Amino acid sequence: MQRIATFRKGGVHPSDRKALSSSCAIEQLPMPVELIVPLSQHLGAPATALKQKGDTVEIGEKIGKASGFISADIHSPATGTIKEVRKVTLANSVACDAYVITVDNDAEPKQWEYHPFRALDAQEILAIVQDMGVVGTGGATFPTHVKLMVPKGKSVDALVVNGVECEPYLTADHRLMLEKTEHILDGIMIVAQATKPKKIIIGVENNKPDAIQALRAAINMADYPITVEPLKVKYPQGDEKQLLKATIGREIPSGKLPIDVGAVVLNVGTAYAIFEAVVLRKPLIDRVVTVSGEAISTPKNLRVPIGTKVFDLLSFCNGTSRQPEKMISGGPMMGFAFFDDQTPVTKGTSGVLALDHQKEHDAPTTACISCGRCVAVCPMGLQPTKLNKLIEHARYEDAMKLNLMDCKECGCCAYTCPAHLPLVHAMKIGKKMGRK
Amino acid sequence: MDILNAFLIIGALGLLLGLGLAYAAKKFAVKKDEKAEDILAILPGANCGGCGFPGCSGYAAALSAGTAPNGLCPPGGAPVAAKVAKILGIEAEETAERMVAFVHCRGNHELSQLDYKYDGIEDCNAAALLFKGDNTCKYGCLHLGSCIKVCPTDAISRDEKGNIMVNPALCIGCKKCTLVCPTKVIRMIPARGSHAIACNSNDPGGKVRKICQVGCIGCKICENKFPESGCKVVNFLSEIDYANPMTQIVQAAKACPTKCIVEAK
Ligand code: SF4
Ligand code: SF4
Ligand code: SF4
Ligand code: SF4
Repeated sequence: MQRIATFRKGGVHPSDRKALSSSCAIEQLPMPVELIVPLSQHLGAPATALKQKGDTVEIGEKIGKASGFISADIHSPATGTIKEVRKVTLANSVACDAYVITVDNDAEPKQWEYHPFRALDAQEILAIVQDMGVVGTGGATFPTHVKLMVPKGKSVDALVVNGVECEPYLTADHRLMLEKTEHILDGIMIVAQATKPKKIIIGVENNKPDAIQALRAAINMADYPITVEPLKVKYPQGDEKQLLKATIGREIPSGKLPIDVGAVVLNVGTAYAIFEAVVLRKPLIDRVVTVSGEAISTPKNLRVPIGTKVFDLLSFCNGTSRQPEKMISGGPMMGFAFFDDQTPVTKGTSGVLALDHQKEHDAPTTACISCGRCVAVCPMGLQPTKLNKLIEHARYEDAMKLNLMDCKECGCCAYTCPAHLPLVHAMKIGKKMGRK
Repeated sequence: MDILNAFLIIGALGLLLGLGLAYAAKKFAVKKDEKAEDILAILPGANCGGCGFPGCSGYAAALSAGTAPNGLCPPGGAPVAAKVAKILGIEAEETAERMVAFVHCRGNHELSQLDYKYDGIEDCNAAALLFKGDNTCKYGCLHLGSCIKVCPTDAISRDEKGNIMVNPALCIGCKKCTLVCPTKVIRMIPARGSHAIACNSNDPGGKVRKICQVGCIGCKICENKFPESGCKVVNFLSEIDYANPMTQIVQAAKACPTKCIVEAK
């Protein structure tokens, strides 16, 4: 029997609930009448506004300029007029300025022309990726051109593409792998052209056999030097650190980046965005979002313009069948609960979930029974129970000494805790107060 | 005979070691700072940190070394400052007036609107991570009592309506609560002040009206009609200038349409 790889330390197996939407082909959402396009959709400094109230914008036009090394450009997802520039609070509690764009519905649809990519060198590819405002679409929204910059003196051993999608409910990447297989592969080859890796691996959890098959077939057809590595299902395999451990067996030391162990990690959604940016010269102005959860009438995978309000997404899915207990942007493990249906979709929104009343959720919090389960499941090898106690007593410095900052808020500890302690919430507050 | 030898040896050994100890005690004596000791005896011993030093002994040492000004101890106030001045042989200056903490908000879950139902960790800073708290008003008190937890004298408590109140008689002015509060709604006011503004919101009046029944709407009635009240509206929020004699403050409090000028007690 062939051994199927996974990461070794920690991890949990939440029920994946992907069946709700995994068989729904990606549908195009009709252009909404109004979009809210925030200037901070990426990790790092918000973009500087290039337009003002009253200006007309065209689809694909640059409307926000990157304002620092780690920052990204913003483009208009539609043709229309800027109604106003307003302060908004995004689902992740980030407050920033946003354009409110009234869409001109009579505008001609834009045709994106095909540009050959084989002759481009690394510099050119990076410049295009930057110019098109591509950021990681997996959720962390790190500007892609920064990620692909290989520092002097370092070389890339492995390009690892993340097709894991380990969060429950989410199926956007899964559908992309099935429906845009060739484009994703082209996107990966473009990255390979820029970073010159010795090997290329796509990691896919083996609960998506159809995606593995589709990728393998397309790789054979195109004769690309890419291997598809099926991975055992385990959360949080989609995290950079766990994925590298699972695929190439390397561990990123605390505080270091993948490139320090000679690897570049990229999401399949990002690979697709890179394909569109380089081959079609189309900026990152739309993305695939999974709208799912038990309270959604018709779960769907939708291709939506950036800036679409959650309200429009829900109406297209026939609304909610009952009052949701919780609305979440992203996945249920690491996503953000939010309450306002005017919240816009950003470059990092992988899903919008309306969760039903959860019984587990009602269970009362009790005292820690020192069972050690949280320690066993923490993929970063931390001691959540101890950290939690230190944070409770405001001993933030002591918590930092126990590597609190390594916690990536994956939620394994809180998921597994029999006392239902809000451990991740404690980690978050500990980090915030510790930084002070 | 043998027994005598034993006595002699032990006796000689004892003498030698005793002399050694006496010498060491002289030679390596730790100089005690008499002044600091005396000052420490005078300081209240609350170890509240209000002076900015690690506890009373830290401040006493700094005072004796002359690296810290006199009069920084909020619980001690003027009497302690005067005694310390005597030890240091300096003039007791006018010490700053006694300040106490005050929660500038009387909104609660009945009177003000909520954005969502918060059920996370019972801690104001934890709640503030999520959309700056569950209140629609982002300036108000979150009622989770982080200040209560840090107060060294238990001066802060929750009243029956859920509001967080400071007992000015118990407050020693250490400012710990003002540092931990995420919305900065708890701030210091002079202890002699009879009234305070029970709102912290810079939202325009129209918005405040919609989301809170007891918020300051910046209508300026207090400022314009009662110039001697000391009230002044800045950024849609009335503030009291405590240097003002505040002779009209009672009338102003009566006239305030949302009754957010309250007695500070
Ligand atoms: S949330 Fe943090 S502490 Fe908890 S399991 Fe994940 S990495 Fe470990
Ligand atoms: S899993 Fe929960 S109960 Fe068990 S040790 Fe960790 S914090 Fe305590
Ligand atoms: S409007 Fe004023 S009184 Fe009302 S909740 Fe906000 S700060 Fe408190
Ligand atoms: S005054 Fe500040 S710290 Fe105290 S309960 Fe209110 S919000 Fe929390």
